[in-house]
Amino acid sequence: MSTASTSLPSGPAPRGAGAPVLEVDDLRVQFRTDSGLVNAVNGVSYTVSERETLAILGESGSGKSVSAQAIMGILDSPPAEITSGRIVFEGRDLLTLPEEEQRKVRGPGISMIFQDALSSLNPVYSVGFQIGEMFRAHRGTSRKEAKQKAVELMDRVRIPAAKQRVDDYPHQFSGGMRQRVMIAMALALDPRILIADEPTTALDVTVQAQVMDLLKDLQRDTGMGLILITHDLGVVNEVADNVAVMYAGRIVERGTVDEVFGNPAHPYTDGLMRSIPQVEVKGGRLQPIGGQPPNLAAIPSGCPFNPRCPRRRTGAEAATGRDCVTDVPPLRLVVPGREAACHYSEEVFGA
Amino acid sequence: MGRYIARRLLLTIPVMLGASFLIFALVYALPGDPIRALGGDRPLAPAVVAQLTEEFNLNDPLWLQYVKYVGDLLQGDFGTDFRGREVLDTITQRMPVTVRLALVAIAFEIVIGIVAGVMAGIRKNGFFDNVVLVSTTLIVSIPILVLAFIAQFTFGLQLGLFPIAGVNDGWYSFLLPGLVLAAGSLAYVARLTRTSIAENMRADYVRTARAKGLPRRDVIVRHTLRNSLIPVVTFIGADIGTLMGGAIVTETVFNLPGIGRAVFDAVRAQEGAVVVGIVTLLVFVFIFFNLVVDVLYAVLDPRIRYE
Repeated sequence: MSTASTSLPSGPAPRGAGAPVLEVDDLRVQFRTDSGLVNAVNGVSYTVSERETLAILGESGSGKSVSAQAIMGILDSPPAEITSGRIVFEGRDLLTLPEEEQRKVRGPGISMIFQDALSSLNPVYSVGFQIGEMFRAHRGTSRKEAKQKAVELMDRVRIPAAKQRVDDYPHQFSGGMRQRVMIAMALALDPRILIADEPTTALDVTVQAQVMDLLKDLQRDTGMGLILITHDLGVVNEVADNVAVMYAGRIVERGTVDEVFGNPAHPYTDGLMRSIPQVEVKGGRLQPIGGQPPNLAAIPSGCPFNPRCPRRRTGAEAATGRDCVTDVPPLRLVVPGREAACHYSEEVFGA
Repeated sequence: MGRYIARRLLLTIPVMLGASFLIFALVYALPGDPIRALGGDRPLAPAVVAQLTEEFNLNDPLWLQYVKYVGDLLQGDFGTDFRGREVLDTITQRMPVTVRLALVAIAFEIVIGIVAGVMAGIRKNGFFDNVVLVSTTLIVSIPILVLAFIAQFTFGLQLGLFPIAGVNDGWYSFLLPGLVLAAGSLAYVARLTRTSIAENMRADYVRTARAKGLPRRDVIVRHTLRNSLIPVVTFIGADIGTLMGGAIVTETVFNLPGIGRAVFDAVRAQEGAVVVGIVTLLVFVFIFFNLVVDVLYAVLDPRIRYE
């Protein structure tokens, strides 16, 4: 299949951020399944710096979770296979490290929280034990001391009566409290990068806000970089500095949240913005993006979005080398600080 | 928890009554006269037959015989067999043999079954998984009687590795019969463990354990095996009762003087008191271990609470 390697792997300069901590370069992940080769991630590049919150926005199957799991080194392989790319963390390419060295990065270096805290916590161990495991596995802390630390962490993520609840089991907590336990566990060893894979999707709206506030506060305290994987435009708008929009395993648009949301440069992002209910047009119909998300085993040629794109140009109406059906649009700089993978970004951008 | 156990124990009373009556009726329904059979080729004197028949209440209708039997039982009297031997003596004498056999069998089940299951499960569809699949299918498809004779002939007679029969070599004499007795359950334990492990390897919390950077050993033993063993432990617990009863064939083939042999002999001789006494005891053992399993379940899985 054809490629759309990015010309600027480092991306736009993040707002209010420090030095880059994590750099993902041209990451590709395939799944070998009975029904053929599934191309889940097709050349994704981004960087995350200290204190930066990068939102990775995309629909189901856009490759946002898979790319995160590739960074964590927790993809099941087989069937998954990282076919190319680099994941550079603090100057070392994780993909070339021996498994044991990679393992030592998980937890103290990069940490991850998942969508469904109930199924992501082991039902047969107390939450205190599971949080304490981080210290025992990475620092050789004694069981008693690890429990002490677990109580401190539970306090830090604002779980009431932490001392009494440290021996409780995951099923004895509410959904929001369980997600706090996950956060406490992920933050136990002060990671430089936290990947939050749809951390609030399973929670109700008020609890969502509390959890996101907590994450922001903790980020302020620790200076970690946060990769927020979500399909919730509202969450992105509220907490993220920068956003990368993914479609069919590629980043199709990237920039600061205000700019990307305020003035999309890719028809897909534009479609997403138009599908948000607006207060001004109360009673009117929403404008969904037509068609279906692409089948990753048979991604359309040219621009993967072309079958659904209202601005598609092909044949005679297309400019040379910019035929949406045959030419893959690279992720390119549209205006300073903005990148999009569309042959006709300028038209979308100006609209 | 205490109330739950008490209620379960109370429930065993009607079960025991029903089970013992059923067995009692079945022995009663056997054709032939057990007293006349006592004499073998030489018929007993009519007076002796009449006296014994009277002594064992054999002239009473079924229900009355049963009521009298249970009445004695409640006073701790298991009755005697037709030769005047106390049934309780038979039980206490033969129980240790069966218990040892069952212990050896369970040890095989746990060690071989779980190890094979874990190795197959962590590399699902790998080479070892297929070896386990084929061998366990083979084992469960052979009846235990055939398996017992094959083992006895091959390992006992031809290779001379194990005693052919009897209990003269201590624990060693129980190895081969124990393995035969365990075979079916062992295969089942291996398959159950394998499926459970393979399924739990894909669980979200195992993914979390890996994301936490735990060493692979901890991921498998602490976060996969422990959870996967819950159904296996419950199976093994329930299997203890089954092994005690299932020992009949094994004990007969390997000539082990255990409970199973005793039942087998007693059925042939229509010794009602012996059959009912032993089988009722086995029913109790079965019920008891089922209760133990249910309690154990709550210990292994904190989500389960009995109120």
